[in-house]
Amino acid sequence: MTTSELEPVAGGNVGMGSEYLEVRGLTVDFDGFKAVSDVDLTRFQGDLRFLIGPNGAGKTTVIDAITGQVAATGSVSKSGVALLGKKVHQIARHGVGRTFQTASVFEQLTVLQNLDIAAGAARSPWTLLRRRSSVLPSIEQALDTIGLTDLAAKPAGVLAHGQKQWLEIGMLLVQNADVLLLDEPVAGMSHEEREETGNLLRRIGGERTVVVVEHDMDFMRAFATSVTVLARGQVIAERSVAEVQANPKVQEVYLGTAAAGARDLGKGNPSELIEESS
Amino acid sequence: MRTSWRTRGAQKILGRWQTWAGFGVAAVLLFGLAPAVLSEFRLSLLGKFLCFAIVAVGIGLAWGRGGMLVLGQGVFFGLGGYMMGMHLKIADAQLRGDDVPDFMQIAGVRELPSYWEPFASPAFTLLAIVVVPTAIAAALGLGVFKRRVKGAYFAILSQALAAALAILLVGQTSIGGSNGLNRFRTFFGFTLNDPANRRMLYFIAAGVLLIVVAVVRQLMQSRYGELLVAVRDGEERVRFLGYDPANIKVVAYTVAACFASIAGALFAPIVGFIAPSQVGVLPSIAFLIGVAIGGRTTLLGPVLGAIGVAWARTLFSERFPSEWTYAQGLLFIVVVGFFPAGLAGLGVLLRRRRRAKPTAAPEPVSETDPDAEKVGAST
Repeated sequence: MTTSELEPVAGGNVGMGSEYLEVRGLTVDFDGFKAVSDVDLTRFQGDLRFLIGPNGAGKTTVIDAITGQVAATGSVSKSGVALLGKKVHQIARHGVGRTFQTASVFEQLTVLQNLDIAAGAARSPWTLLRRRSSVLPSIEQALDTIGLTDLAAKPAGVLAHGQKQWLEIGMLLVQNADVLLLDEPVAGMSHEEREETGNLLRRIGGERTVVVVEHDMDFMRAFATSVTVLARGQVIAERSVAEVQANPKVQEVYLGTAAAGARDLGKGNPSELIEESS
Repeated sequence: MRTSWRTRGAQKILGRWQTWAGFGVAAVLLFGLAPAVLSEFRLSLLGKFLCFAIVAVGIGLAWGRGGMLVLGQGVFFGLGGYMMGMHLKIADAQLRGDDVPDFMQIAGVRELPSYWEPFASPAFTLLAIVVVPTAIAAALGLGVFKRRVKGAYFAILSQALAAALAILLVGQTSIGGSNGLNRFRTFFGFTLNDPANRRMLYFIAAGVLLIVVAVVRQLMQSRYGELLVAVRDGEERVRFLGYDPANIKVVAYTVAACFASIAGALFAPIVGFIAPSQVGVLPSIAFLIGVAIGGRTTLLGPVLGAIGVAWARTLFSERFPSEWTYAQGLLFIVVVGFFPAGLAGLGVLLRRRRRAKPTAAPEPVSETDPDAEKVGAST
């Protein structure tokens, strides 16, 4: 399933008929402070969309709102099913999966157990009360996709940082999520790990809707098919990578915050965003 | 990879054999050795400790695996004990040809209170001992866990319940007040004066303990057991995988409550009384001490811890009545502070260290791990 020929492309690769995530007028109000206001983010299958923006722009809050973690107004639906107002676990069962900034795998359990739990939300009580007798084919496939087959019996706590993030992505795969919301998946990763993660996203992104929150501009340029720029809770630009970078509003937002502190730009150099880096 | 699966299969068979061997040894110890070497008094004492061990097994599941600090197991222990006690008192009265138990006669009560009446039936009593605490724990657990009450708040809540029930019982003269229910003469028709019948009670407790351990073992090794650990370590994460953690926690909580109730129901005839002093805050904490010392995340740690602490309490308090309380408190602090995994955890630590010595350090799983390159390589 993950080795299909479908490649992620801007705008999606299969048109209206497939799974999609529709976000309209999403607003999150924290006691009068609008962390996110009126965000539209409608994504079709096969789009590897990056969500960028300076610190505090509301990127993670958008993910929190879509997954039911924080209360929001507006509308969020997946393939026609309204998600807003549902509980976190119900939204997850509709195929919306997410990862976290800090990899949050179950460290005491093995890699295999982590994946098995992720695959089992629909299990009957009877199945739950019995032992796992064999490894599900979907789990073996996911292990192969994320490259952790040989570490399946290791406790997740001993994995390297990058491997934990891959395990999280693997958990989303076996969870059967077709909308994947990844919160800074490459933060703290080495250069090689970033490269591998990007390739992994490319491989799984063809058949799913993937939204990646990222600070790392190089990573975004290398792997995004399209970009949404968020600033102060609002979408200020949305398009292909090149178009967004050429957008003066985006440059202003980044330069504006860069004056206060350049660290938002991952590499710490605001000019890098504007000029095409080689 | 093939070979690693195969050795794992062999390990599984070996593990199963070890399990049966373990249960066999326990059965020989409990059913063969203990009755042979212990005096009648000591055997009955061990029976009492086994009741505590049954409670401990449940606490091990709920606290050790589920992360729920159940500080009020005295509630369920008391429910079971009192329900059994009521039945025994009615049966004794019927045997004498009286309408009401002896302590009610002294108080001048002529008619059995209405809430006592169903407990005249042995079948109803046995059923109620299992069903009532289970239902209460399920309702309470769902109410609490769905509202995402956890950690210290949950612990305080469960302890407050134990305190409340103890106070309630002290005030009810129709159920023995602060004396509780005592002086049971028969147990389902068997005279409790007869040493053979008392020995039978001990065997029942031992059998129940083995069953309870087997049940928790199955739960721990099942997918549910893995899920419970996941909920303990990352409740929010589990939510995002499509599970409602409240449902997962309530199962462990309910099982623990049911075990505590059964233990209470065995405690009453074995020890000969059940009173508010067995229900309140102090006994509830005492249940926890053995579990913590033995090792709360393991299967047998709570059992051995509970029996060990209860045995030490009896042994030392016979000689140094006042010092023991301090020693127990100190032991608890040392274990919780320095060996959070308890003595069982210490055993695992030592074994791992011994095993690690000949093979040097455990293989590191670092960022330069060759396996990691597969992610990029398989494109």
